[in-house]
Amino acid sequence: MKFTFRRKRIAGILTVVPANERLFVDDMKNFNFPEARSLKLKQVMGFDKHRVVTPGVCVSDLAVAGLEHLFKNGLLDRDGFDALILVTLTPDHIMPPTSNIIQGRLNLKHDMLCLDINQGCAGFLIGLFEAFMLLKQESIRRVVLINADVLSRKTSPQDRNSFPLVGDAASITVVERDPEDSVIHASLKMDGTRNEALMIPAGGMRLPSSPETAVLEDVGDGNRRAKDHLRMDGSAVFNFVQMEVPELIQDLLATVGVPLEKVDYILSHQANRFMLEKLADKLKLPREKMPNNIVEHFGNSSGVTVPLVIAFNLAEHFRKNRSQVVLANYGVGLTWSAMLLQLGGLKFCEMIEYP
Amino acid sequence: MFWPVRPFTMKTIADILKEIRPEFDFTTSTDFKADGMLDSFDMITLVAALDKNYGISISGVDIIPENFQNLETIAALLRKNGVQP
Repeated sequence: MKFTFRRKRIAGILTVVPANERLFVDDMKNFNFPEARSLKLKQVMGFDKHRVVTPGVCVSDLAVAGLEHLFKNGLLDRDGFDALILVTLTPDHIMPPTSNIIQGRLNLKHDMLCLDINQGCAGFLIGLFEAFMLLKQESIRRVVLINADVLSRKTSPQDRNSFPLVGDAASITVVERDPEDSVIHASLKMDGTRNEALMIPAGGMRLPSSPETAVLEDVGDGNRRAKDHLRMDGSAVFNFVQMEVPELIQDLLATVGVPLEKVDYILSHQANRFMLEKLADKLKLPREKMPNNIVEHFGNSSGVTVPLVIAFNLAEHFRKNRSQVVLANYGVGLTWSAMLLQLGGLKFCEMIEYP
Repeated sequence: MFWPVRPFTMKTIADILKEIRPEFDFTTSTDFKADGMLDSFDMITLVAALDKNYGISISGVDIIPENFQNLETIAALLRKNGVQP
């Protein structure tokens, strides 16, 4: 389905990454896998370092640290926004909503809509859709969109399908009305029949967590994980992305009448380097127009990777310039989405560490 | 005339596979996956090696087990990507 949003813009992006860094060469000691094969995988997928939280750190901790940084540095007025959206797969609790916890910890005003959305790697665009729609209300002047996940806490260190890939992080994106007559075009698709391709089987009402769901099981290829852990069908996800995402982007650009050559960057979810190189090649896009270095530096931090690829690679560019970009993300659901917009002139675009 | 061409390609493929999984003889199997010789990560490592070796980019949609079943199917994939011996 297609979306059009008028007179909306991204005003600033802050990303928060844990200071705690793990190295792939240390992780691979936990895998039941020959070292030489792990090292080949490192080279192809871009596994090197990833940022993960220390025990006990939750999504609200990363989000509160980020918002306090913005308040303290005069980048955002604590009363200057009227909605707080949190997109996460790893809330502090099943209830209450973690967005309310963040609001409470910061003593924010009561005239505020707090909203949690259960989404992951496609969650940046889902959050932007929601923010743009909320901005149609006169009472909402500005929306704070938080994407945050601590999925390392739900990933088995003995699962080489997932653990070396996963990173934790948060991003805070300020969304507001654009005084210029700008238009944002977007496209979104979902396929719930493939929901099991990315899943944490236990911990909800269908299969509550128990001592049994915490037991590590041999799941093939030398990997061991529990039902409490993230399960990713890597081949199914890879094929889904290669089949669906290039077509979605091409269709969006064709509908709007913008040729690919007029797009300055495609800022994609950072699944792994190999997948991104294949995506760029499929689109016949020069690889430098689709940065792919987030997994090797930080890991795949779910819905935070698009803000992170911007803040890590192009912060100065997007503070000073405006460019025509496509944002693309895809993941749990399954969900895939693309958005064409003018991005730039950001009030802030930076990265901080927690703590 | 075609004899030197096809074995040359096959040997190169077998050599690349051997580098990824030195413990197996890939010339004797007709189904690498069923014989436990190639998992999904090996497949990705193989694609990266073939891309580099032949200066191509195998399409992501072609990275499916059927195309990596044995030396013949890998050779067919290379031919699809215009690889000349």
